[in-house]
Amino acid sequence: MGRFFILFRREVASTFHQPIAYVVLFFFLVITGFNFHAGITMLNNGRGTTTVVEAFFNTMYFWFPFLLVFPFTTMRVFAEESKMGTIEMLMTAPVRDSQVVLAKYAGALFFYLVLWAPSLLYFVTFQTITGMNAAGAAGSYIGAYSILTMMGMLYTSIGCLASALTDNQIVAAMISFAAILALFFLGLLSFIMPATGSILREVTYYFSPIEHMVDFSRGIVDSRPVVFYISSTILVLFATLHVFQYRRWKS
Amino acid sequence: MVKVEKLTKKFGANTAVDSINFEVQKGEIVGFLGPNGAGKSTTMKMLAGFLPPTSGTAEIAGCDVFTDSLRAREHIGYMPENVPLYTDMRVSEFLRYRASLKGVPGRRLRDRISDVLELCGLEDVEKKIISRLSKGYRQRVGLADAMVHEPDLLILDEPTIGLDPNQIRLVRDLIRNLRRHHTILISTHILPEVEMLCSRVIIINKGRIEALDTPQNLRARLGQEGHVLFDARVPDARVAAAELRKLEGVQTVNIRNDGPWSIFKIQCTPGHDPRETIYQFAVEKSWPVRELSRPPVSLEQVFAEVTNGEEL
Repeated sequence: MGRFFILFRREVASTFHQPIAYVVLFFFLVITGFNFHAGITMLNNGRGTTTVVEAFFNTMYFWFPFLLVFPFTTMRVFAEESKMGTIEMLMTAPVRDSQVVLAKYAGALFFYLVLWAPSLLYFVTFQTITGMNAAGAAGSYIGAYSILTMMGMLYTSIGCLASALTDNQIVAAMISFAAILALFFLGLLSFIMPATGSILREVTYYFSPIEHMVDFSRGIVDSRPVVFYISSTILVLFATLHVFQYRRWKS
Repeated sequence: MVKVEKLTKKFGANTAVDSINFEVQKGEIVGFLGPNGAGKSTTMKMLAGFLPPTSGTAEIAGCDVFTDSLRAREHIGYMPENVPLYTDMRVSEFLRYRASLKGVPGRRLRDRISDVLELCGLEDVEKKIISRLSKGYRQRVGLADAMVHEPDLLILDEPTIGLDPNQIRLVRDLIRNLRRHHTILISTHILPEVEMLCSRVIIINKGRIEALDTPQNLRARLGQEGHVLFDARVPDARVAAAELRKLEGVQTVNIRNDGPWSIFKIQCTPGHDPRETIYQFAVEKSWPVRELSRPPVSLEQVFAEVTNGEEL
């Protein structure tokens, strides 16, 4: 476990040693701040009957930065090291492949969580200024942030897989963006399916981040998405480990 | 320390390393010589546990590099070609990270890092960010990294490539000082380096080991078939050459003129040194002699001979 933390610390340090991290953080805050503003404005105008937390997590302005951020958090993790050749130095130290993959994944996930952490302050600010509750109950926060984390886990692992596939960061970013968008739009299918109760609608519910977020931000913690996100994360990480090994063995 | 048996690496249809065998004893400095693309780096990468062999085995300190890779890697300090480093880190920060990753216990970190900083002459740049360092310093950071965990075996892939002559000398002195504590496997295509550093040389070409011996023995092997230079003022060079050819131990004679002097390049029969005979003969004929010498065979010639089958 010791080596994992050494590697993890290095991943986090390398992320925040690069100016791009702060650029991403800045624009991310601008967009989520705008999203918060838009949510409140909508509620002020009397359109919508939701809480502030629900409004924040269920707008188009939420999904836009959410989906866009993964290529930025994950594109470098493997691609950069293979391109720079530092992977050779890393993998000749006595570390397991799985430790490296997990540490890199955890580093990217950490960055994702850092990006979302300031959003908690929006609700604190709201409550301090207005004296009103931003959420109906604490479950709303727990639900929203736990599904945010779980979706992040899956999408980060997809990004890591894309990065392990290539030496080129831009290519990695494009692959992960395409894969994440594809998964997201698959979830949108449930909205264009005509009747409730149809099998396709049932099936697409399992993939649909939008549906999951609607439930979880109300505080409804459904076990099905939890199982889906955690098991598919493990699957994708497993694939990442194998791609990582395969590419090294072949080269 | 190192035991390699029938080690083979294929990349598709291309065989980079073809069933090589060798052993390295503790405390040796072994030079790995060969033209570009001969399979030096591939062999080293396999020994360092980075590439798995297609077939065959390699053992480091009794641990198989493939099946017992982690333990084998603990015994190795590997410096890859071109020395890839994390350029966003400071020198001491980088060494600290590498040392702890390689399992140097926390209480020894400070000592080990100051040791290698001193040994590699990096004290002045300790706080600098690696991307700002010159090539020579980076090379030394790579070397410091390779030995920070006190490995038994150092594998250095072209440690002096791309350095200026002064830096090459520094790195070479550094390596020479290391031989007391480490077994060293060093690859290069700079031959004087090998002659100066190595106790044994492995010449590899097209994935096969062509020669494996001490630099002295390798030279001696060719030296037997060497030649003698004889520089004298003779009345008639052609006649003199014909006479010289009749002497014992002389095979062929080439003539080159330098004003009134004639320079004879005399090819000797293997195992013979005809210098004394030639001297006696010159005295007999009272030829004034400017030079009578047997130029030493350099490793460069050995290398050319072995890798190209080139006649000298």
